[in-house]
Amino acid sequence: MAQAFLRNPFEKFLAYLLLCGLGFIMIFPFFYMFISSVKPHAEIVQFPPALLPQASWLWSNYAEVLKIVPIGTQLLNSAMVTVCVTLGWVITSVLAGYAFARIPFPGANTLFSMYLGTLMVPFAVLLVPMYLLMSWLGWVDKLAALIIPWLFSAYGTFLLRQAFLGLPKELEEAALIDGANRWGALFRIYVPLVYPAIATLATISFLYSWNSFTWPLVVISNKELKVVTQGLMDLQALYGGTRLDLVMAGSVMAVMPTLMVYLAAQRYFIEGVASSGMGGR
Amino acid sequence: MFVTAASFKKTFRRDWRDWITFVLFAGPNLLLFVIFTYYPLIRNFLLSFQEYNPIIDKGEWVGFNNYVDILIQDTQMTRIMQNTLVFTVSVVALILVLGLLTALLLNQKLRFRNGVRSMLFSPAVLAGSAVAVIWLYIFDYRFGLFFQVLKYFGINSPKWLLDPQWAMISLIIVYVWKNLGYATVIYIAGLQAIPADLYEAARVDGAGAWQRFRNVTLPGLSPVTFFLGVTSVLNSFQSFEIINVLTRGGPVNATNVLVYRLYEQGFTEIQNYGRASVVATLLFVIMFILTLIQLRAIERRVSYA
Repeated sequence: MAQAFLRNPFEKFLAYLLLCGLGFIMIFPFFYMFISSVKPHAEIVQFPPALLPQASWLWSNYAEVLKIVPIGTQLLNSAMVTVCVTLGWVITSVLAGYAFARIPFPGANTLFSMYLGTLMVPFAVLLVPMYLLMSWLGWVDKLAALIIPWLFSAYGTFLLRQAFLGLPKELEEAALIDGANRWGALFRIYVPLVYPAIATLATISFLYSWNSFTWPLVVISNKELKVVTQGLMDLQALYGGTRLDLVMAGSVMAVMPTLMVYLAAQRYFIEGVASSGMGGR
Repeated sequence: MFVTAASFKKTFRRDWRDWITFVLFAGPNLLLFVIFTYYPLIRNFLLSFQEYNPIIDKGEWVGFNNYVDILIQDTQMTRIMQNTLVFTVSVVALILVLGLLTALLLNQKLRFRNGVRSMLFSPAVLAGSAVAVIWLYIFDYRFGLFFQVLKYFGINSPKWLLDPQWAMISLIIVYVWKNLGYATVIYIAGLQAIPADLYEAARVDGAGAWQRFRNVTLPGLSPVTFFLGVTSVLNSFQSFEIINVLTRGGPVNATNVLVYRLYEQGFTEIQNYGRASVVATLLFVIMFILTLIQLRAIERRVSYA
């Protein structure tokens, strides 16, 4: 419940002042990135700095970035990896979540707690052995390394299991008696009822794979196969000292997809990040 | 009811069918999980006792040599542990305190508060690496934003990321900026879950604003604070991207933390998988102990008002 701490106009004024300050601190780095991306390099580094581009808005920086580094291909790589991983998360989590919630199986609960126990394992712990596994499979420098190991999620399985457990058993029993099989019962009756959980899961999965950086850094080095977070690093390493405008244009291209999806589906993002406890790293 | 042979057979047949369905539904997921989580977890543990030779793809057992190398001989290890502690404690404390304050502000009936909340949360959904690139230039000591603002007021700017004293502070600023929205959103939900009649009762008893905050709001928020504390410790402990982009553990290890050390040992020039696995095991053990302590504390202290 909102508490009325604000009794007089002065307190109200103070609150708005704080609100503005807060908004400014959060938005300014983005503004700085965007405005630098349409200035020439010399204008970014001059003193005193100007708020807006002085000569003209250099939209051509974007075209130039696309020409000098394969960031277009890298954006496509990121998109492909993200779509595959998200589909994988949703499919494997729905199936296994349903199995754990509704299908009797000896030892299913023990199995499930073993599975959940790995939620606290930091990914860094798996870095070296996963890399060795990839090189044994011959997947180093293949997009498969960014997709296949990530097609499942302990968090997703947990989320969907909870969602299925929250639905009345009778729904399914009625369908099974009427002669539907498990598959039909799951997809016709249960899945439509857990769409919100699926949307939350898909959101988290999108964030997770679009933003992933550490694993691609270790396993992909061919620049045509790199994802966009890596491409941005390369751009920064190549042009950071001389063409800051290009680096900033690259940054805008790298964060834009996430920002757009975030603005469109804010509710699921907040819910997803809050329930998974996944603040950024 | 009597169990006849026929009914037993029928039940058994249904069970048997269920088992197959279970395996078909959960199987792919579990298989991926065993291959890509359980197996690497065990392999990491084994690797920490081996000297790995990448050319013949084989490890040679060397007992506790790697552990001795990392825990006893590595002179930087104390520094790294200290850094990890300083980073984790600072960002968690700042995120909790600032998150609560912003949540209190955004919980007031103010115009634009939803817009500010969206802005506040937006860095939390962006890639850490991309956010860090922007900050790399805000911190630049020759032309960065901070440098220019300070110069405008006639103050000499520190060299931020290049100065061993300021580098850690810079990382903490970026991390807090990125994750503040996460804490705020969760605190707002927590504030809204506190029943209004508790405040009413306190007011009737003559409690002032501060007393209501102290005796109603804070205890009511303790489960949320606890959840946030747990997740923030675990997340910040694993923070890699920001460090990799902004400082690479430098200058002179001033910002080197456990996760970065792991990467350094395994995937930079040094390339010693055995030692990297020791750091990984250390990381795992610390996370495990933290999780246990937190689970214990959850049972005892947290008041679910």
